[in-house]
Amino acid sequence: MHELTTTRNNYQIDPVLTVWGWEIPVYLFLGGMVAGMMIISGYFLFKGRQKEPTCSCFYVPWVSLILLSLGMFSLFLDLSHKVYVWRLYTTFKIASPMSWGAWILILVYPVIIANIFIRLPKFVTDKFPGLEKYSKMLTDRPRLIQNIGVANMILGALLGMYTGVLLSSLGARPLWNTSILWLLFLVSGLSGAAAFVHMVAKNIYERELLAKADNGFLTFEIFVIGLMFIGLATSTEVHQEAAQMLLSGSFAPVFWVFVVGIGIIIPLIIQLFAVNHKIQHTPVAPIMVIAGGLILRFVIVNAGQVSHYLNAHF
Amino acid sequence: MARFAMVIDTKKCVGCMDCVVACKTENNVPEGYNRDWITQEAFGNFPNIQLEIRSERCNHCENSPCVSSCPTGASHYHDIGGVVLVNHDECIGCKACVASCPYDARFIHPDGYADKCTFCIHRVEKGDKPACVSVCPTNCMYFGDLEDPNSDVSKLLKSRKWHTLHPEAGTNPHVFYLT
Repeated sequence: MHELTTTRNNYQIDPVLTVWGWEIPVYLFLGGMVAGMMIISGYFLFKGRQKEPTCSCFYVPWVSLILLSLGMFSLFLDLSHKVYVWRLYTTFKIASPMSWGAWILILVYPVIIANIFIRLPKFVTDKFPGLEKYSKMLTDRPRLIQNIGVANMILGALLGMYTGVLLSSLGARPLWNTSILWLLFLVSGLSGAAAFVHMVAKNIYERELLAKADNGFLTFEIFVIGLMFIGLATSTEVHQEAAQMLLSGSFAPVFWVFVVGIGIIIPLIIQLFAVNHKIQHTPVAPIMVIAGGLILRFVIVNAGQVSHYLNAHF
Repeated sequence: MARFAMVIDTKKCVGCMDCVVACKTENNVPEGYNRDWITQEAFGNFPNIQLEIRSERCNHCENSPCVSSCPTGASHYHDIGGVVLVNHDECIGCKACVASCPYDARFIHPDGYADKCTFCIHRVEKGDKPACVSVCPTNCMYFGDLEDPNSDVSKLLKSRKWHTLHPEAGTNPHVFYLT
């Protein structure tokens, strides 16, 4: 026998950790979506697609701006000592991914805004006609637009990676403590963003391109999930226990049905038919991908909090 | 430079929880929370069953994940004795430290900041022992400087068998359990 009893019963700590509620998964999901959108928009700018009047690189950064702000608000809601939030920006802690993230988020804003300035919508220029000269300054310089595209891609990749590194650096939670989590969250963010742009794109070429790209991201995501399980299952006992929670434990039904089934496999099949012109493009598959991405963050955050060093002993 | 540590003799601890009550009283720990607690671990096969009773708390690790994960520097090593403390006015309540602790020794205080055992540094700086150590009726708890070879903790760790909690976590904890 091996039995452990404790008198400790701290709120949100015992019997399992529940300090992070809905706010953190939502923040990680929105951060991932924004990261993917920045990479997609940045790629289009790099390729000079801003010459196309219906290019999604004109409206995607607006969506990024709104989602990023919602994500940061969600993160703010999670803080339990809110009046001291400004402390994040009076220091930089090199060992803390959360500190890195706080500063990356600050750098992301100007890069998205630079993308927005390439073509300002009419309601903005009507209200602030003075801004038009900045727009013209950018459109006169295609090389600068390319650089804005590159900056969007780099910062988007950093943002997407950071959402995974934030969790994987917390070694006390074996499920998160896998060095592939950044790749899973980045590719999931890319697939969610590609699904969103595919759904709303006015340009037929971009819609087709993003549907194909999304199929690639979803296929790659399956491989990454497989690699994550191989890594966990061949690691220490606590990591094996953590993998078991998703493979056949209490989180398995939601993981396999909603994340893998509805979030990856089914939309992948639908989109394969769509890109081969067997069926029409509909919003069904993209909505499934986006919902799957959100549920993935909820599963990883919640299951990660349950996974623990103590579990391995019993 | 001092390096404070706590040594707990599991052969003498009876799990009376005096240390828990003393801590709550001394540090005004809110209802529903504990900075220290009693754990009983029973293992073996009948009739060869062993029982270890431990008074547990923050391990004031030398390689503390709570300190490295803190984005504001609120979690830090105190200048005296390397004690791990939280500066309440720098803590934003992000809970990264709570999630990073393999011992689940931290919690979020109802006022919003991360809270945990401080080794009663306010008493130690005045030359007193931590509240839990000072009230233990079986004298199973020892507190002192590991850098001082003549301290109780140094002598006990040299003369007795001991273990720490989850050494595999790589945190180098500074609460030792004599077995």
